[in-house]
Formats: sequence, structure tokens, C-alpha cells
Amino acid sequence: MNNFNENICTEISNVPNLIIRSMSQIKSLADLKKKREEIKTGLDLRVKAIDPENHVQVKVAMATCGIASGAKPIMEFFVEQLDRRNIPGIVTQTGCMGYCFAEPTVEIKLPGKDPVVFGYVDLKRADLIIEKYIKEGELIDGIIPVNYETIDSKE
Amino acid sequence: MSRYNMHILVCGGTGCHSSQSDAIVWNLRDELEAKGLTDQVQVILTGCFGFCEKGPIVKVMPDNTFYVQVKPEDAQTIVEEHIIKGRKVTRLLYRDPETKDTVGDSKHMGFFKKQLRIVLRNCGFINPENIDEYIAREGYMALGKVISEMTPQQVIQEIKDSGQRGRGGAGFPTGLKWEIASKNKSDEKYVVCNADEGDPGAFMDRSVLEGDPHSVLEAMAICGYAIGAAHGLIYIRAEYPLAVHRLKVAIAQAREYGLLGKKIFGSDFSFDVDLRYGAGAFVCGEETALIHSMEGLRGEPTIKPPFPAESGFKGKPSNVNNVETLAAIPIIILKGANWYNKIGTEKSKGTKVFALAGKINNVGLIEVPMGTTLREIIFEIGGGIRDGKKFKAVQTGGPSGGCLTEKHLDTPIDFDNLVAAGSMMGSGGMIVMDEDNCMVSVAKFFLEFTVEESCGKCAPCRIGNKRLHELLNQITDGKGTMDDLNRLRNMSLVIKDSALCGLGQTSPNPVLSTLDNFMDEYVAHVKDKKCPAGKCKNLMEYYIIPENCVGCTACARVCPVNAISGQRKEVHQINPDVCIKCGACKEKCKFDAIIIR
Repeated sequence: MNNFNENICTEISNVPNLIIRSMSQIKSLADLKKKREEIKTGLDLRVKAIDPENHVQVKVAMATCGIASGAKPIMEFFVEQLDRRNIPGIVTQTGCMGYCFAEPTVEIKLPGKDPVVFGYVDLKRADLIIEKYIKEGELIDGIIPVNYETIDSKE
Repeated sequence: MSRYNMHILVCGGTGCHSSQSDAIVWNLRDELEAKGLTDQVQVILTGCFGFCEKGPIVKVMPDNTFYVQVKPEDAQTIVEEHIIKGRKVTRLLYRDPETKDTVGDSKHMGFFKKQLRIVLRNCGFINPENIDEYIAREGYMALGKVISEMTPQQVIQEIKDSGQRGRGGAGFPTGLKWEIASKNKSDEKYVVCNADEGDPGAFMDRSVLEGDPHSVLEAMAICGYAIGAAHGLIYIRAEYPLAVHRLKVAIAQAREYGLLGKKIFGSDFSFDVDLRYGAGAFVCGEETALIHSMEGLRGEPTIKPPFPAESGFKGKPSNVNNVETLAAIPIIILKGANWYNKIGTEKSKGTKVFALAGKINNVGLIEVPMGTTLREIIFEIGGGIRDGKKFKAVQTGGPSGGCLTEKHLDTPIDFDNLVAAGSMMGSGGMIVMDEDNCMVSVAKFFLEFTVEESCGKCAPCRIGNKRLHELLNQITDGKGTMDDLNRLRNMSLVIKDSALCGLGQTSPNPVLSTLDNFMDEYVAHVKDKKCPAGKCKNLMEYYIIPENCVGCTACARVCPVNAISGQRKEVHQINPDVCIKCGACKEKCKFDAIIIR
């Protein structure tokens, strides 16, 4: 039964995206659960994308104007801080929303609510958005009223 | 920052794979590297998404953007536009066939809306060659649960309660099968996975093995625990190299983690899985023939009883289950029998995977709850008939099944309803036919397949099917009589009653069901010597309309067999005895003077 073990080993080394992070054996159900906790986050993004409407969705405008005004660190801040503050969220980048005067702009969509766009977002305001709006649902200054329709909103 | 904020999933099923999906992966990785984005964007080669019609598929998460028919050179555009600038690449988005509008994400595609994916839950979602991704999706949790918390009897009871029936074709209750195998005492027992998928137009087992091989391994181990077996064997055809490769990788990884091998989860239970290759004979999907083939003997069936559960591989009790049956087991254990038996119809529980093929817009792999109607599958998920033609019939169950027509469109599909309608579930191939298909030729096509695949052991199948095929040939040649139609039916019934195994017992189904549903087409072939669909060459006649012919001689010059005669500037004639119906003359004629009648 073991005669093709050798073949398997050589074949595995040819497999491009094979990542076995640790070779430790799983000896009990508790081991397996622990292992799962360790690696679960790697798939979180895909699992959340199954039902994005049930999560906090953060879209950072990352067109030339956005990037020039510092949208990149803002996006990284959201990715890192949502994770650190245990808020299940999806952070994506989007194209120019058209509010180039108010860059960096960030659109937040809370589950079951209409999206809200915040302008002039710096790290301080980003922190405020997470604490006040995302956590408490409390509106803060700097909201840009939505004045257009998207294909997505036309069902 | 090293956490990925975007995942690009690229389909690595056989279909997309042969359209260069791995080149897409390499190009994406190169492109990301060049732009310094490798720590933010992860590229994953997954199993089949099911939408094979428009492959290769690339899906960007978390915004669920669904790109179709992507070429390796599109990688640069995707990275520059979508990943860096956040603009979806409109040119690659899926377009609704009716409205022609682009569909931004997969959640809005008709193809996915009606589906419920249980067996295919991980296909197109995880990297099948990475056990960690399977574990992250609660993989091997069910195996851990049965070994640590349940007795073998409880496992069997749970499967019985779930009401699951075998997806291989006949629909035998899985729990009952396990119970019989567990009650037979023996020093050695075997768990066999039947991955010998041979129906023309069926590719669901292949896709499951390619997209989620661990689910099958886990289920086999659960079955081994339930019936008291320490060995698992997967009988897979050598024509599925990608599935074989992924299984080998999966087995090696599971052994590495100790999820296969000795003392699994620290218990006394040991289980390991090995592969056995088949040469691609249809009859080896029959469990006794499959076992003989694995033993190194000729792939021929034997009379049951004894059933494999009593005397199977090497004469030991063996439990044979189909790939799709097994792939649902872990989730049944995790979510419970009560969850599973709420899905589906009264007598058929759960979901069924179908391989949609033929004259349908969305060719691909789908999974729907039992009880979904053919109309929903063909017109809503399948997107209707290609080129706006008229639906004529759908063949379910491959060469063992029958043709269903318009009147069956609203029948909820389950094992029993399909049998009542004169077809069967089979493994789940669905071949859709439109007005251009000649039903007599369709029956002939499937008969041709069974004649070739018959192992020749029993006379009804070996001789009977050959005779059926001859009769059908006579009919399509225009030499049939009304008597032949009766003979067809009688012989079919005799073969059904007397053949040794499932292959022979079901092989006349395509004939019987077309006789039942399309008698008028048979009569047209026999009485009027006409093929209504215009497919049977020997019943066609090319004819020159004298009023339209100007005598240009163009047709006579292209005719390869010199069947056309006539003087220049005079009306030409086709000699039907010489004509081979190649159609070259009709194509050449500028005056529409040549018609088929």
C-alpha cells in the first residue's frame, strides 16, 4: 500500500501553491480545533465575501487623487484596526468616487443601512469613524451627501 | 502589512485548466510581484466554479467580481485596473445573455441564484491542494467528532436519519448500506469510493475530486469508522489525471497531519486510503464489476447476491459509495441529520449535482435541492436553449436514462419522479436537446455507446443491444417497418428483465422513452421515410427546383461524386442514387435552386 509514497513526495515538491505551515501531527479533536483557529483567518476574507451585506464594508477611494492625498495608509489603517478591534469587516479599494476635492474619501456601509461617504479622512478621523460610526452608528462631521445612483443600487 | 486584503481565485478544474488557467495564475503572480503587491493580494488556484461555459473563470474577493473567458495576457489589465485602481474590467465581466448588461458580481448571476451548494461547498472556494484551507472550512471536524464523541452505531443512525440516498444512480439509502456492511463480521473490511464516472456528458465526480478531494477522504474515514474497516480504496479512471494528482496530494497531506494512518485522533481507529486505476470501462461503474477490476480480474459483473457488503473486495465485506454521496457525509455529520432531511422532497433528501450539457446556454456544473423542476434548471440556471431555439427534450441519467419532454418540465426532480416519468437520476448528467435533434438518432447514439461498453458476459445485453442498434439503423436508413417498432419495444422489455447487471437492465431506456414520447418521429421515419429534424442523411434528398435553375453548372462542378447532370444553360438534375448528401452543391448555388426535401 505504501509503494507510491515516494512518488507522492516528489510530486508535492512540484506543486506550486502548496503551503504546509507546520508538520505537527493532529492527535485529538482539540488539536484540530486549535489548528483551525490558527489558520482560519487566512480564509476569513473569502468567507465574509459570501454574505458581504452582513458585514461592515469599507471602501477606500484609491484613484490617483486618493493615493496622492494619502489614501493608502488610510486603507492599511482600516484593515489593521478593524482586525485589532474585532470588527468583522471587508475593506476594499474602489476607483475615484468623484469627490477629488475631499480626498481621501471613504465609503462605509453598515449592515442594513445606506452607504455613507466620509471626506477628508486622515488617521485621526479614520479612528473616529471606527469608534463613533462603525461601533456606535453615530454620524460625525465630514459626510458627503450621496448625489448619484450606481448600477448596483438599481436593482 | 502582510495580511492579504484581496484574494484572486482562478479556476483550476479540468475545463479551465485546459484553457490555460495556470498561465493566468503565473502571470497574475508575476504582475503582482512587479507592482510590489504580493503581500496584499493572494492568488489561489481553486476547483471548479461550475460555470464551465465561460471558462477560464477568475473571481476577485471580497467584492465577488466574476471575470469570464480570461486569457493569460489579461492578467496585467486585471492587476493594473482592478487591483491598483479599483475599477472592474468591464470587458471581462459576465454579460447577461438576455439583457446584454454586464453583471458586476456573482451574487447577481442567474446561474448561481437558484443553487444550493452542499457537495460543491468548497469547489471554487478553497485551494484543493492545501489541507489547511480545508481545515479552515471545518474540514476533518466531522471525523474528529465521530471518533471522539460517537459510537459507530450512532454514526450509522445519523446517516440513516438524514435520509441520504446514493448518488450513483439507483438511489439506495446510504445509511442502510453502511448498516449491512457493519453487521457482517470479518477480520478485514473495505470502504470503496466509486469514482468511475462513465456517462457521456457527466463530470460531477471529477469536479468534486478536483475541487475538494479532502471531503471524500474524510467521508471514507467516517465510513470506515462506522462499518469497522481500516482500508479505503478509490477506484478512479486513469483518464482523470488532474483528479488523480489532487487525490495523491490530499492523501499525502492527510497522512502528514495524522488524519489518515494509524491511531487517528489518538484513538485506536486506523484508516488509510489507496488509489486503484480503471481503464475507463463504463461497466466498471457497476459495483461488482468495479470490485473485480480492482482485484485485477476482468471488469465483469456477477449476480447479486452476494452483495459487496457480504463479499466484496478479496471476498471481504465492502461498502461501495459514489463520490458525490461521500462528499456530503462530513457536512451531514456536522450539521446533523435533521438539517439535511429538511432539504429536498419527501423521499429524496438533500441536493443533487447535475452536469448541464448539450444545447443550453450555460453549460456547467450546478447543485440544486431535490425537488427543483426541470424548467428552473434549464431555463433559469441554464439560461435557456442556445440560439433561441425551441426546447425539445432533456436526457437525464445518460445511456441508462430516458428523454423527458416539455410535459415533464414542471415535475419536481427526485429519484422516484424521474423513474415514474420513464427516465432515471443516474449520476446526474443532463443533456439538453433542441428542435434540431432527431430523437431516433439520439436513441441510436446511446445504444451505440452501450453496445460498445457491454462487457459481453450475458446474452441479453451482448446480443439484444446489438439487435436494437441494428433495428434503429434500419429505421434511420428508411428501411424500417411498423413491425420493427413493435419489435423494438418488445426486445427492449425483454433485455430490461433479463440482463445481468444495471448496465443491461437500463440500456433500453433511451429507446423506450423515445418510443413513448416521440412515436410520431419514429412513424415519420418509417411511413413517410422522412426525418422531421433533417438529421438522418439517408432520408434526405437534394433536389433542384427547375424554375430557379439557370444552368450555370456551378453545382455540377463541385459535386464530388458527379451526381449532377445537365447541359450548360439548361436545367440540371441530381441523381439520388449517386448523391452522398454532402451539401456542397446547395452551398455553391447562387439562385437558391437546390433544396432538401
